[in-house]
Amino acid sequence: MPEKFDAIVVGAGVAGLAAAYKMAQGGLSVVVIERGDYPGAKNVMGGVLYRSMMEELIPEFWKEAPLERPVVEQRFWFMDTDSVVSTGYKGQEWAREPYNCFTVFRGQFDQWFARKCTEAGAVIINETVVEECLLENGRVVGVRTNRPEGELYANVVVLADGVNSLLGKQLGFHQEWKPQQVALAVMEELKLPSEVIEDRFNLDPGMGTTIEIFGGGTLGLVGTSFIYTNKEHISIGVGALLSQIRQARVKPYDLLENLKKHPAVRPFIRNAEPVEYYAHLIPEGGYNAIPKLVGNGVLVVGDAAQLVNGIHREGSNLAMTSGRLAAEAVLRAHQIGEFDARSLSQYEEDLRNSFVIDDLKKYKDSSHLFENNTRYFNEYLPATNMALHEMLTVDGTSKKDKQKLIMQRLLRDSSLYSVGKDLYHAWKAMK
Amino acid sequence: MKDNKFSTKLRELKTEINIDDKLFLNRWKPDHHSHLEIIDPAVCLEQCPGKDCTVFCPAKVYEWRDDRITVGYEGCLECGACRIACPHQNIRWRYPRGGYGVQFRLA
Repeated sequence: MPEKFDAIVVGAGVAGLAAAYKMAQGGLSVVVIERGDYPGAKNVMGGVLYRSMMEELIPEFWKEAPLERPVVEQRFWFMDTDSVVSTGYKGQEWAREPYNCFTVFRGQFDQWFARKCTEAGAVIINETVVEECLLENGRVVGVRTNRPEGELYANVVVLADGVNSLLGKQLGFHQEWKPQQVALAVMEELKLPSEVIEDRFNLDPGMGTTIEIFGGGTLGLVGTSFIYTNKEHISIGVGALLSQIRQARVKPYDLLENLKKHPAVRPFIRNAEPVEYYAHLIPEGGYNAIPKLVGNGVLVVGDAAQLVNGIHREGSNLAMTSGRLAAEAVLRAHQIGEFDARSLSQYEEDLRNSFVIDDLKKYKDSSHLFENNTRYFNEYLPATNMALHEMLTVDGTSKKDKQKLIMQRLLRDSSLYSVGKDLYHAWKAMK
Repeated sequence: MKDNKFSTKLRELKTEINIDDKLFLNRWKPDHHSHLEIIDPAVCLEQCPGKDCTVFCPAKVYEWRDDRITVGYEGCLECGACRIACPHQNIRWRYPRGGYGVQFRLA
């Protein structure tokens, strides 16, 4: 007699664990299947976890969860080859409860989150790959794992199997992603004493900074790079659309090494020791790439559903919210005893009424725009550096002449009309 | 696309590190057989002048040697890029068996 659960969750990332936690709390029998040695072993994130969406699941989680640093400052750099224009925001309200967001190590956080799921009654099975969903009369009734006699049955399967979502593809919920629908990111953890990190980043003890870098970090490819502070490590990474990396014939780790040598970056990471190296895909298809989310006996959450807001580097929060909403739909389905697509579609409706789909809709054309018009990343971002360089370099030229020079250089290759048009399109894609 | 500062630098970017030095930092549980497979080696030889996978793979899993792609699956970071960006969809990509492959501690 095969074992049957109320729900099977595939993948112990934050989307899957959010779903599992909420369903277990609601009294359902839940099993989470994870392919890594432990939850988090396969999970890679730049490192920012948002408080609000996590707190909807576990109030005041920051009092016990393994976190790195509360983020008190977010910096933004527009990078040229040897310079940056920098801006940002630092606020003391982010340094106290309830906080805005934290840097975390998923290798540690996800293990803690999984323990909370276990305490709520869920079962976590590690070191197990789900090979396929089991179908019966057009509905998903369970999964087949790589273990001998590894079939598990449930009323509902939640696919939280990450950006590659081989299971979603098998079910025909999405076609294989196109290289322009994902970003390839590489990242390193660099070890430094915490006081050194605090001195270099101008931080009070225990507090953290994030730096998002546009332009030079990816050498003009559509993407971003970033520097995040952890307790005793700095995360540094570069990500760009896979289509662009392939086309440029660049090795992703060469971009990372180039970033580490940039004069604005170098002093932050001096004498830091690399301790771990990662690569991961990030869903960047946005609103237009969202796959089918609900079927008979099955729901898709998190990265598997392309729920990432690339413009704001948000992902974990969309993942957790989608997991929670999926769980709520399953709990309602459980009450009425119906698990077909119609009953589970409450999830999709709730997701559409939440910030998740709203935000993705807002930026639905941005990635496409930046990929098709190379001027944004290759000309306008460096131009901010050129303009400030001219205005701030004192050499006896009058400010009026400097302004003229800046305009001349900006319009050397394009008309005022085309620059204006580009700026208008960018505004339209972002507004 | 016409040349600019970034595209010139991109083209002139040199590999100055040994990728193995980065991969050695990670914790691995290597399996005995590959989770990655070239579906038809003739496609790589005859239809794929670019051999893109040998460039964009962040772990340098793929190398062109003696007229074929070699697959160093042991150092795979399991990102999935090769499956999506192989111009001929010629890579069969699976997850390593449960518990095998790279095991990240931080991130």
